[in-house]
Amino acid sequence: MRADAAASRDYAGRLRRHQPRPPILRNVLAAFLVGGLICVVGQAVLGWFMSGGMTPKDAAAPTAAVMVIAGALLTGLGLYDELARFAGMGSALPITGFANSIVAPALEAKREGYVLGVGAQLFTIAGPVIVYGVLAALAAAALRYGLVGP
Amino acid sequence: MTGTAVRERPAAGTTESGRVPAPRRVGRYTMALPSRPPVAAVATVSGPMEGRGPLGHGIDHVHQDRTLGQPSWELAESRLLVDAAQRCCRKAGLELDQVDVLLAGDLLNQIISSSFAARDLDLPYVGLFGACSTFALAVGLAAVLVDGGYAATALAAVSSHHDSAERQFRYPVEFGAQRPPTAQWTATGAAAVLVGGPARKARVRITHVTLGRVVDMGIKDPYNMGGAMAWVAADTIRRHFQDTGRDFGDYDLVATGDLAAVGHPMAAELLREAGYEPGDRFADCGLLLYDRRRQDVHAGGSGCACSGIVFGAGFYPDLYEGRLRRLLLVSTGSLHNKMTWEQGQSIPTVAHAVAFEHAGEEASP
Amino acid sequence: MSLTNFVWAFVVGGLLCAAAQLVVDVTRLTPAHTMVLFVSLGAAFSALGLYEPLTQLAGAGATIPLPSFGHALVQGALEGARREGFLGLVAGGLEATALPLTAAIGFGYLMAVVFSPRG
Repeated sequence: MRADAAASRDYAGRLRRHQPRPPILRNVLAAFLVGGLICVVGQAVLGWFMSGGMTPKDAAAPTAAVMVIAGALLTGLGLYDELARFAGMGSALPITGFANSIVAPALEAKREGYVLGVGAQLFTIAGPVIVYGVLAALAAAALRYGLVGP
Repeated sequence: MTGTAVRERPAAGTTESGRVPAPRRVGRYTMALPSRPPVAAVATVSGPMEGRGPLGHGIDHVHQDRTLGQPSWELAESRLLVDAAQRCCRKAGLELDQVDVLLAGDLLNQIISSSFAARDLDLPYVGLFGACSTFALAVGLAAVLVDGGYAATALAAVSSHHDSAERQFRYPVEFGAQRPPTAQWTATGAAAVLVGGPARKARVRITHVTLGRVVDMGIKDPYNMGGAMAWVAADTIRRHFQDTGRDFGDYDLVATGDLAAVGHPMAAELLREAGYEPGDRFADCGLLLYDRRRQDVHAGGSGCACSGIVFGAGFYPDLYEGRLRRLLLVSTGSLHNKMTWEQGQSIPTVAHAVAFEHAGEEASP
Repeated sequence: MSLTNFVWAFVVGGLLCAAAQLVVDVTRLTPAHTMVLFVSLGAAFSALGLYEPLTQLAGAGATIPLPSFGHALVQGALEGARREGFLGLVAGGLEATALPLTAAIGFGYLMAVVFSPRG
């Protein structure tokens, strides 16, 4: 049986009455704290690169790379998903979370082999981020280039 | 549909509507089992988290290693199923080759855990898919086969594994995703029920099986399966009551499969609106398997093994000892997959019910 | 580098993450959709010239969260355009982000070889 539009609207309302709301304040605070702390660690790494004489701009990419490695390692050790349960987007939005989203499917896909498993699955979650990042950046940069010049 | 075909060849006992009444059917949805097939044995195995739950002491074996030494989650799950099946036969005092048929199911694509398990168990095999409703479906059909005389012993077994299910239905297990409070935790474990065998020793019997219909209430949120299934659970319970003329007063307990914290109160509300007062005789396996205050399972448990383990570790001992005299187990299933969810389709749901009875006294008239 | 830098990194990085969490909890977009949204927003803000001041203020607080990936892609594209015109615009984005992307692929692969999922 398939509920008609009225019945399913009715049922959705009943469901809304019964379902707990996510603890938004707690989640947002946790995301703020963990996200902020990850950035503080990143700032320390940035500072280390800059103390070697790099400009902040030049140091940004190697800092990101170090954070990617850290996120990948914590995922391999099985710790990052535990952090994420508490932190939500606080651990997903920093680039360490990007690394997590690459390592997690890759780890699991190992059983399906290194080509069809790891190779194909590496970007199952991170893929959309790269695709839309590149597309959005291309559009935004082209627009700016066309309107304002380089 | 086939109605015309039936009218063309009227058989003896044909009713006016052209339908041949099945002698063991009561009402539209329910099968009554006149021989009341006995439950010979029940066995449950689980992962560590279920072992730490309130029913942990009643589980036959708690595997502390969720991989069970296997190279993949899928193989680990099928080991759970084999383990439960073998333990069940041992408890019943039977060799595996004395079992006439195996009915098994799980949550994975093409019910692969069950097929792998059947490969090892080497029995005539029926693979079943009813998502988390598979436990009641398998036990019910096993009872029907025994009642009909098509099997002297039928083994019903189901499994689920948190990590294989996460991987298939949600995200890779190491991916850091936060679950909403309505999410449920897929139980790691397996349950096996051997129906049939020597009847005089039977202390638990199966009297009715109600096969539910598939209902889609338009819910699309796969993180709220209990809420999506509440309607169909109430529907199957209502159908069972209508068909058998029973109600909550006739059962010590009516237990749904995995409606959990969101769905179970909804089902109670729906039943109340339909004129059935659940009172304190209405429980949910998803709320019994874990201690939600101590264990981070959000709304509660789910998975084929959820109702299986709660039945085996919780209800069956009570039925056996007579502390429960009548139980209606209503396993509930959410029949979606990841692809159809991504395609924006709503979730079809189903619930099947099996009525158990304590039969201690009748064994010694 | 002073304490102020760390405080700004903490506050700005934390706020970006808190905003993303709010999006997930209120709109019920999946985390994947939210990450796509934030990368795209980073690209847009970058092209409007709004993200660069943020990185100067907050340092890693702005460069570690994912919108900075969009920012780096846009800045790389614009820099490429300054050097080589249109072709530079197309190639510049990925050139600028090659280091973290290659690190992600390399280490992702290495981790998959070394570790197994623990559940």
